[in-house]
Amino acid sequence: MRKQHKYMLLATLGWSLAIPAPSQSQEIVHDKAPAQLERMVRQDCGSCHGMTFKGGLGSPLLPENLIAYSIDDLTTIILDGLPGTAMPPWRAVVSQRDAIWMAQYLKQGGNN
Amino acid sequence: MDQLPPTRERQTVGTTMRNCVVACCVLFLGACSSAPSSLRGTADLATVIARADGQVAILDTTAHQWTGKVAGLGDLSHASIVYSRNGQFAFVFGRDGGLTKVDILNQTIVGRAMQAGNSIGGAISQDGKLVAVANYEPGGVRVFDSQTLDLVADIPATIGKGPDRSKVVGLVDAPGNRFVFSLWDSGEIWIVDFSSGTTPEITRFENIGTQPYDALITPDGRYYIAGLFGEDGMVMIDLWHPENGVRRILDHYGKGETRLPVYKMPHLEGWAVAGKQAFVPAVGRHEVLVIDTDSWKETGRIAVHGQPVFVMAHPDGKHVWVNFSVPDYDTVQIIDTESLEISGELKPGTGVLHMEFSPRGDQVWLSVRDDNKVIGYNPYTLTRFAELPLPSPSGIFMSHRAGQTGL
Repeated sequence: MRKQHKYMLLATLGWSLAIPAPSQSQEIVHDKAPAQLERMVRQDCGSCHGMTFKGGLGSPLLPENLIAYSIDDLTTIILDGLPGTAMPPWRAVVSQRDAIWMAQYLKQGGNN
Repeated sequence: MDQLPPTRERQTVGTTMRNCVVACCVLFLGACSSAPSSLRGTADLATVIARADGQVAILDTTAHQWTGKVAGLGDLSHASIVYSRNGQFAFVFGRDGGLTKVDILNQTIVGRAMQAGNSIGGAISQDGKLVAVANYEPGGVRVFDSQTLDLVADIPATIGKGPDRSKVVGLVDAPGNRFVFSLWDSGEIWIVDFSSGTTPEITRFENIGTQPYDALITPDGRYYIAGLFGEDGMVMIDLWHPENGVRRILDHYGKGETRLPVYKMPHLEGWAVAGKQAFVPAVGRHEVLVIDTDSWKETGRIAVHGQPVFVMAHPDGKHVWVNFSVPDYDTVQIIDTESLEISGELKPGTGVLHMEFSPRGDQVWLSVRDDNKVIGYNPYTLTRFAELPLPSPSGIFMSHRAGQTGL
């Protein structure tokens, strides 16, 4: 597990550098309604991470677990996944704005 | 011949009288502790998980209605159920490590243990005395007395010599009071044998493949088959001959092909067998694989609507039903096992998470998560005969699983 965690940090760092991330100050316009996004995060992300984000096959996603990750990091992970792990890229299902909304939702412990 | 030893006769009478007194006491206590409104069996009952609010609902598949609901089961965002051998008690395995024993006749919780931080499922032993739980955190298996829920054995899923532990998946019961499970992080299969008491004999099979994600056991309890997420193919152990080790099957499957992002792990619960063909979900592909159960070779692939999650055979073997992962989970497809073609399709609503057939196959029940309902269909006419409200329903578990190995 420790090895995987290290890899995850490296991968995230790599992508953060490689892909220009959206500015955090930009206005959030989400392509799905907030209720739909919330349901998706709870239910579909929750399939692996737990509906209460305490983890499952995927890592826990509570705010204290995400301290080391910026909104941009999380957005990138949601959109592009983490190769070598079971985290898939959600780009085909989730827009960039959706992913930013989800990242903020997780960082704020489910209060958007 | 006619001179029966008098001492033995007296003993027999004495024992009988004692038994009678004990029986009377038990009956009396039973009458005091609970008073079911009327006697009934459980063979037509199912227990359904309401994942969002930590309750289960008991479904009467004859009357097509809930007989009751039981709340207070914790986080059921990924939950499953096995039954006591008399079909009266459901053991519910919650995401948060909660193990809850529910009396489905009286709709009450009769026992509950928070036995780990994070769990994925469980199994009940062949003799019905042991309930085993597969845990992610701490990684391993804990085994409980099915009567009292007292801890009987703690089996840490150590990686190598430890101290790191692996998440455990694909836990099933096997004949001979054994449990079999797989280690996600370290790619192992373990057999733990409880046939000689509460201290198990453990057999480890290492280097079986990358990231086993789930497993199943064939209905006769002979073959344990684990699916691999980290590479293509599946691995199989012949439990008649565990000394022969693991065997790779479907090894060539998917080689050199790009697979799609896997939005939800497929489930291998149950074994969709029709005749000599078995049907399993492909990982990361819009396909159901067909396997010949004599040669264990792939004999076909069926293109389907999305990435399959559950592939379930109708009890009559003529059809196999398939549901799909997000975003295609509004659809259920039905495969004809003779022609290997899609012979029917349903759009029951958004978020079809599970399907369960009645034991003789006259009914199939689907849980539709986002529509907050459980729908009963006639699987032959595909007509709805019941629609019952339940918040975020997921797994549906018929009580006849009590008598089935691996379920």
